[in-house]
Amino acid sequence: MTIKGRAYIAGAFEHPIRKAPDMSVSTIHAECARGALADAGLSFADVDGYFCAGDAPGGVQSMVDYLGLDVRHVDGTDTGGSSYIAHVSHAAQAIISGACNVALITMGGRPRSEGRSGVKQKMVGANVPDSPFEFPYGPTAVNEYAMATMRHMYEYGTTSEQLAWVKVAASHHASFNPDALLRDVVTVDDVLSSPMIADPLHRLDCCVVSDGGGAIVVVSPEIAKSLKRPLIRVMGAGESIKGLLGGKADITYSGGVWSGAAAFAEAGVKPQDIKYASIYDSFTITVLMQLEDLGFCNKGEGGKFVADGNLISGVGKLPINTDGGGLNNNHPSSRGGMVKLIEAVRQLRGEAHPKVQVSNCDLALVHGTGGGLASRHGSATLILERV
Amino acid sequence: MGAYESRKLAIPETHPEHEEYWEAAAEGNLILKHCDSCGEYHYYPRELCPFCKSDKTTWKGAKGTGTIYTYSVMRKGGQYAIAFVTLDEGPRMMTNIVDCDLNGLHIDQRVKVVFKQSGNQDNPGPFVPCFTPIL
Ligand SMILES: [Zn+2]
Repeated sequence: MTIKGRAYIAGAFEHPIRKAPDMSVSTIHAECARGALADAGLSFADVDGYFCAGDAPGGVQSMVDYLGLDVRHVDGTDTGGSSYIAHVSHAAQAIISGACNVALITMGGRPRSEGRSGVKQKMVGANVPDSPFEFPYGPTAVNEYAMATMRHMYEYGTTSEQLAWVKVAASHHASFNPDALLRDVVTVDDVLSSPMIADPLHRLDCCVVSDGGGAIVVVSPEIAKSLKRPLIRVMGAGESIKGLLGGKADITYSGGVWSGAAAFAEAGVKPQDIKYASIYDSFTITVLMQLEDLGFCNKGEGGKFVADGNLISGVGKLPINTDGGGLNNNHPSSRGGMVKLIEAVRQLRGEAHPKVQVSNCDLALVHGTGGGLASRHGSATLILERV
Repeated sequence: MGAYESRKLAIPETHPEHEEYWEAAAEGNLILKHCDSCGEYHYYPRELCPFCKSDKTTWKGAKGTGTIYTYSVMRKGGQYAIAFVTLDEGPRMMTNIVDCDLNGLHIDQRVKVVFKQSGNQDNPGPFVPCFTPIL
């Protein structure tokens, strides 16, 4: 059963808040839900399917009750920051099977207000099978991604200068986004001279820690065509989990090799066809490796691909993250997948900032990696088309 | 800036099926799970072999030597080196590199196991395998 062409994104909303000391996480979810439904021209009463991940307080049970939803289908799949991209594909499957017609996906969080950061020890729950053999060693978001970076540099000659270009592109895009947390354009030298956090990742190789959230509404073709919004069709999707493979994993690639291939095959398109890409940017290395894994360039050539402004809209071959991404705009709940979806929808609708809008943007890719690049992570890829 | 500083290792949660692993560690030995069906070592240890799903997995002594597959030195909030070491038996394990100049580390460096006690004097935890360069 393919989802190709059988579900549409009708509503999208990104919360403008970046620091939310006085809001609860559930309130952020609710405001995002209201915003995305209003964007679609729908109401809470129209929602019959609800999707959320680990950032949602109390999961689907509390959130459905809190939002006062009357739903007949729920899904609480959690693959870290990639969850919401997978949710779109799950929503499409649910719509095709008749389980629901209007699927609401919400996310939100306030890690900045709660004082969380990527250099703190990861939180682990009880009975997680891998944690006794990792937890004592102090794995954090930054040093795990740094280990993947170090090996990628060793095998392929990738340089810190090349990684810095990912941040340069993000900062250029963010300079046009009034909501972005960081709006100053930076240079390669600025990245290289920023403090080292975990060798070889500098401070400016790391995403922001921000509060905020977003929501997406996925609907059946019939409903999409009854609404007054541009038609954004789901064309293909893929998802995967990659772990350490019993101690045999090569950490220079991500699960994107599998989720990406599945999404391209389902959509029947190639990387060269993509006009705009939202690429998860928890760190500069995340972008570089995923571009390789998705087939935008060969393995090991990501450094060359991202250099010299190739990711800057209007300058390079592949504009990505034109809102400034997680590196500059926001990374609510330390989960970037939702915001990646929202900017892709803006691009396909022609609603991105004029300075970064890709002309005739009719085919976009959204890709997320949630979890640890050098340990366990979920990957989700989505290909969207403006009809 | 590169000198090794002793740091408190978080106490790992222990599960019944890993008792032998922690007992061996306390005696200064690294043991690995080996699959008698497919002949592969795996890490971290499991009851079912992750490769062939056999339940014929047994503990075997490891040489305790390997090479650094990758590493990163944390420079913020306490300096320490996290790494993956490829053991001579095959599998890679997450670990810390200790008792050396952390600025001198490099990929493919030969290392050997040393054990550090987790927790602290008031609340001691199991010894955990770390690695140090072979000089
Ligand atoms: Zn086996």
